[in-house]
Amino acid sequence: MKAADSLLQMVRNSDAIRAFARQVEIEAASLEKPLRIMEVCGGHTHAILEYGLDQLLPANIRLVHGPGCPVCVLPQHRIDAAINLGQSADTILVTLGDMIRVPGSDGISLQRTRAAGGDVRYVYSPLDALTVAAEHPDKSVIYFAIGFETTAPMTALLLEQALSRQLSNLFIHCNHVLVPQAMELILTAGGAVDAFIAPGHVSVISGINRYRSLTDNYRVPVVIAGFEPVDLLDAIVRIIQQVKSATAVVDNAYRRFVKPSGNHKAQQLVDTYFEPHDDFLWRGIGRIPGSALKVRDLYADRDAEMQFPELCPAAAEEKPSNCLCGSILMGLAQPTDCPLFGSGCSPQNPQGSCMVSNEGACAAYYKYRRTS
Amino acid sequence: MDTIQLAHGSGGLESQQLIRDLFFSAFDNPVLAGCEDAALINGGQLAVSTDSFTVSPLFFSGGDIGKLAVAGTLNDVAMRGACPEYLTVAFIIEEGIKVNTLARIVESMKAELLITGAQVVAGDTKVVPRGAIDQLMINTTGFGTMINDCNTRRITAGDHVIISGSIARHGACIFAAREEIGIKGLSSDCCTLWPAIAPLLEAGLGIHAMRDATRGGISAVFNEWAQQTGLTFALHQDEIPVSSEVRGFAEILGIDPYVLACEGVFVVAVAPSDSAAVMDLLHRHGHPQAALVGEVETTITAPAVMLHSAYGTRRRMEYPCGEILPRIC
Repeated sequence: MKAADSLLQMVRNSDAIRAFARQVEIEAASLEKPLRIMEVCGGHTHAILEYGLDQLLPANIRLVHGPGCPVCVLPQHRIDAAINLGQSADTILVTLGDMIRVPGSDGISLQRTRAAGGDVRYVYSPLDALTVAAEHPDKSVIYFAIGFETTAPMTALLLEQALSRQLSNLFIHCNHVLVPQAMELILTAGGAVDAFIAPGHVSVISGINRYRSLTDNYRVPVVIAGFEPVDLLDAIVRIIQQVKSATAVVDNAYRRFVKPSGNHKAQQLVDTYFEPHDDFLWRGIGRIPGSALKVRDLYADRDAEMQFPELCPAAAEEKPSNCLCGSILMGLAQPTDCPLFGSGCSPQNPQGSCMVSNEGACAAYYKYRRTS
Repeated sequence: MDTIQLAHGSGGLESQQLIRDLFFSAFDNPVLAGCEDAALINGGQLAVSTDSFTVSPLFFSGGDIGKLAVAGTLNDVAMRGACPEYLTVAFIIEEGIKVNTLARIVESMKAELLITGAQVVAGDTKVVPRGAIDQLMINTTGFGTMINDCNTRRITAGDHVIISGSIARHGACIFAAREEIGIKGLSSDCCTLWPAIAPLLEAGLGIHAMRDATRGGISAVFNEWAQQTGLTFALHQDEIPVSSEVRGFAEILGIDPYVLACEGVFVVAVAPSDSAAVMDLLHRHGHPQAALVGEVETTITAPAVMLHSAYGTRRRMEYPCGEILPRIC
């Protein structure tokens, strides 16, 4: 813990943060037009708001927040599946803490499902589901898997270990979504973005090459960043420099963790057990082909969607809402632009996808910026 | 709200709603409406506070449920500016618990009582069938004679704000123990605060309010104070004492240390002219990490707790809300 703390002291050093902020200001002074930089990862959004980094930027640099919260972009019918699986008497639903508060279509969350007697458990590591399955051979244990590329390898490992330990009562409900596909959709569907800050943890797994199609085809700079104030300010400096020199390349500003080719072992694990989902619905955005993972057909006997079809409703079109989540996720609006922000929509009573999970842009603004 | 959820007991927004909507509306009276850690009765001569304790595991690094039940309630009495003198204790025991376990807890309570000299003057024992509760619950009610009434209404703009020690140690220790997360060096701060409070009260300093930062952490205390006074609390992030262990733990799990419980740390609002004297007394009476962390300001738009960074940014310190849950990544 002491080592972790001394690293934090270094990357959160006030003088270093001020120096990077000054560098942003110097570089931005000679920009020809204002820049809209989108951070795609909810962890980045959270860090920007928590450290108040946007307050350090000059007026011609604007940060817009992307669809980087894997819980927020889950469509209603998938959340309903989690709740149905949690309510069923013969199942135990295991998931990560972020899912617990998200309301389904009738307003019931997993938290309330648990209070009403459903067996719902949250874990820190997906592998904890192995213990639950071993201890309850009479129940079907469903791991409701969420997250981007970062958490998918652990879900794959869970499936691998369940198979090798012959735990036939463990199933995966797979909701892993993929970042580059969402970035591309934002560019093709009229999103207002001049450059991307690409997610650090996702890139640790997937490497940097998967963003090349964005820089090559759309001429948009992509800089991979870490999650500390100096990491994010450094990434902004690098983006401004690219824009000024009219280049658009993938730049790795998180070299202390991200290798160009990513983590091979993790990639292999994911590839062994999962394949691209041909048509995944993103809440607030719509369908994006190949933008999610599903359990391979070979392991269909472990796929909760195949094994419990009666509890997993089919995709339905979203109910219309007068919140601005769709525009916020596309970089066209800020949370505070939404008429419902803080009045009709709050973390206790979320109306739109960006407010449902802690990682969502509206939830971060509500937590750190609310003025009333 | 049709069902009680764990969030209703976590000391944040949901707890406050439950208390206000159900309990306050039923039991409303001027003493209760004061919303202090301890109430004043008997013409203002007697401070009284009650609390129930449930903790899993029963024994943890730095304490146990018995020590917690004595220190926690007597601390609440002391926070009002009263000398803790008497305690009632009610044990609710699950069938099957070992007598040895219970004896260890009672010994621990006895030892903790010696610190204040407070006496247990009444008690109750109930045994419930296996499964009705998790091993043991203890309720304690404390009584103390008023010395100097410290309460939220006395807080004024310009007051200095002091935190007595490094925060979030109890919450982090219990969280890690309950979830079997092995982090070395995490230990509860659970302790009786009277040895530090007595010299502060004796010195006749301009202490306006004190609150021990238990459930909901320092965030709950400051946000409650902001709501009750209509004032804004400006805190300097770098001055808030957080140990390396707790910072590392909170960082790894993505949990805000400001919402984690303390059991031996309190917050003081004091007239600025006396803040140095309070700091000096705390440093000399067992709280060497006490720090001046901020000031009370008049409110411009809405009362809030604002956290100022050393590099010139600011953000809200949010009222705790919901269960404390780790983040995905």
